[in-house]
Amino acid sequence: MRGWRRSGDQVVASIERNEAQLLRGLVGQIRQILAARVAESPVDELSAITGIRAGPTTPPQDRVLARLLPEFHRDDATLAGGLRALHEPELIDAKDGVAAVVLRTCPADGGKVRLTMDEAQAWLSALNDVRLALGTVLEVTEDLPDELPPTDPRGPYLGVYHWLTYVQESLVHAVSGP
Amino acid sequence: MTSPVELERPEVDQVGVEDSPWVAIVWNDPVNLMSYVTYVLQKLFGYSREVATKLMLDVHHKGRAVVSSGGRDKIEVDVARLHAAGLWATMQHDK
Repeated sequence: MRGWRRSGDQVVASIERNEAQLLRGLVGQIRQILAARVAESPVDELSAITGIRAGPTTPPQDRVLARLLPEFHRDDATLAGGLRALHEPELIDAKDGVAAVVLRTCPADGGKVRLTMDEAQAWLSALNDVRLALGTVLEVTEDLPDELPPTDPRGPYLGVYHWLTYVQESLVHAVSGP
Repeated sequence: MTSPVELERPEVDQVGVEDSPWVAIVWNDPVNLMSYVTYVLQKLFGYSREVATKLMLDVHHKGRAVVSSGGRDKIEVDVARLHAAGLWATMQHDK
């Protein structure tokens, strides 16, 4: 991919087959991680009857999920728990929704990607979720090097992380530009 | 009819922050791009690029910035929207 460019009220880019497969795989992983969180909290009778969904009150144990679904308050665990129960289902829906937009608009075999501004915004959120997940696992820091020593097992994944950063940065500029 | 009077206004050092009880705070994290954070703040709160950039730089350099303030319900929604965008945000009672 050589970056996004604005074309009228759309943004376009060409994506290689291997890049498309990589991106679709990663976005699919996010959906699975989120689905696993939903499966942890079975629908209770009350929400089945009322249709009002309540999420769990405790943050995820898993550090990737914990980063994707942050706490609402740093010190007040009761308040944070209540707000999580209230908002987590819709937050998961939102993240699943933007992932679905990427899977719908990114051709599996690569080629031209053409996005409306709404779709581009969904891509930005979905790319960010993938970078948050990968960044959490890789334990990235702000002064992250471009390359790690050859012995570092994170090396290959860091390349993917940097590529995602490039794709997201380029898309931000394409949608913010004139 | 009364004549206009000079009202004393509290000093605020963050843009868009009035004297209200709840605030939404964005925290620095090593993953979110500076350009993306600026974009999100413009998109969610309607800030100009200048204001959004200043807030983003506060997050980057000071580790945090208050990005909105108001009643609890409003701030709760703001934080939920920031989470959907992938920013690390919390709410706080501004005592």
